[in-house]
Amino acid sequence: MTLQGYQLACSRGERHLFTDINFEIVGGDALRIAGTNGSGKTSLLRLLSGLAYPAAGEVRWNGQNVRRAREEFCSELIYLGHANGVKDDLAAWENLTVSATLSGHPISREQAWHALDLLGLGDVGHLPTRALSQGQRKRVALARLWLDQPPKLWILDEPLTALDRDAVAHLCRKLESHLAAGGMVVYTTHQEITLGAGRMLTLALGEEARC
Amino acid sequence: MLKALGCVIRRDLLLAFRRRSDVVTTLFFFIIVVSLFPLGVGAEPGLLRTLAPGILWVSALLASMLALGRLFALDYADGTLEQMLLSAEPISVIVIGKVIAHWLVSGFPLVLLAPLLAVQFDLPADSIRVLFLSLLLGTPVLSLVGAIGAALTLGVRGGGALVSLLVLPLYIPVLIFGAGAVGAEVSGLGASAHLLLLGGGLAAAVALTPWATSAALRIALE
Repeated sequence: MTLQGYQLACSRGERHLFTDINFEIVGGDALRIAGTNGSGKTSLLRLLSGLAYPAAGEVRWNGQNVRRAREEFCSELIYLGHANGVKDDLAAWENLTVSATLSGHPISREQAWHALDLLGLGDVGHLPTRALSQGQRKRVALARLWLDQPPKLWILDEPLTALDRDAVAHLCRKLESHLAAGGMVVYTTHQEITLGAGRMLTLALGEEARC
Repeated sequence: MLKALGCVIRRDLLLAFRRRSDVVTTLFFFIIVVSLFPLGVGAEPGLLRTLAPGILWVSALLASMLALGRLFALDYADGTLEQMLLSAEPISVIVIGKVIAHWLVSGFPLVLLAPLLAVQFDLPADSIRVLFLSLLLGTPVLSLVGAIGAALTLGVRGGGALVSLLVLPLYIPVLIFGAGAVGAEVSGLGASAHLLLLGGGLAAAVALTPWATSAALRIALE
């Protein structure tokens, strides 16, 4: 199982954010996208998830362009962007059930509650998420990672914002166990975290971008 | 696939139920616009009978237009639309689910209300039956076609006014055959030709618009 970026380029209007990005990761690898504000980290993650088209090059999943193998790719993908993707009017457990069903892995109510319990949301899981704090909402979005048999590829855009120190440690342990089980993680963060991974790669944008 | 379809419909109906006021606003808009006409054009029964199908249809058009803003914009704002596009299911299935739920809360109530409002225009029972049928066939087309406009104007400033400019011209055939059905029934020609054409329009819209809407959503989110 591989994720490959081949000569990726992205431009916003006249400005070229990055050109000629090449990398390849396999199961067990963690790839951190580093760079200053505005260097195109989020744009790159959106390219990788298939939400946006690259200006040049292609993203390949197991050697196939993700555009062509969309459904196969998406069923192996969890993408968590800046927006949490959490509905304010739905309860936490309803949010989790809906997003799991749509990603092609339907879960029961018990499984949803179990994942929320693991994240310390057991007491507030029945409340509409509008009543929750910013950090708690982030946890609701992240709860998909705690479901059984999660997809292999996790693309996480700033997963640590708004989380407290315990939650950060908890998430890091989860990422490590996912990597140990042969998963892949692509993430951006401004906080220093260390993960025990097969390979820890860093792709620095804004400079000579190579990895 | 059916599981995802059911999930989207259930989710959107639940959300609409938790935001009941939005749904009720559209309904009252419809009722008020329809009721303004007798005040404006005078209470001459013969005139009102002639105008009634057109008035009810135009009001239904405007009311369903008003509701289009809710179809994708809220999901776009909180990032859930992004997650839907990354779903392992085909996007058109999700679009169909959303449009069905949208029609159930914004189109279907209009269909049920229209016969009641038609009574205040003194329409005969046969015409009311035809009006009901034409709205039943026509309002889903409005939701399906409107979804394309709603998807195209996502994230655009002043999207509300723009969506009317985009979508209202496309509503014209539905309006002509919908309101025309009642007129044909009154004149003794029979409404079946108009209703069949509306049915054909509905079949075409079901087949084509989900595909166009998903393409528009992809562009909007890029």
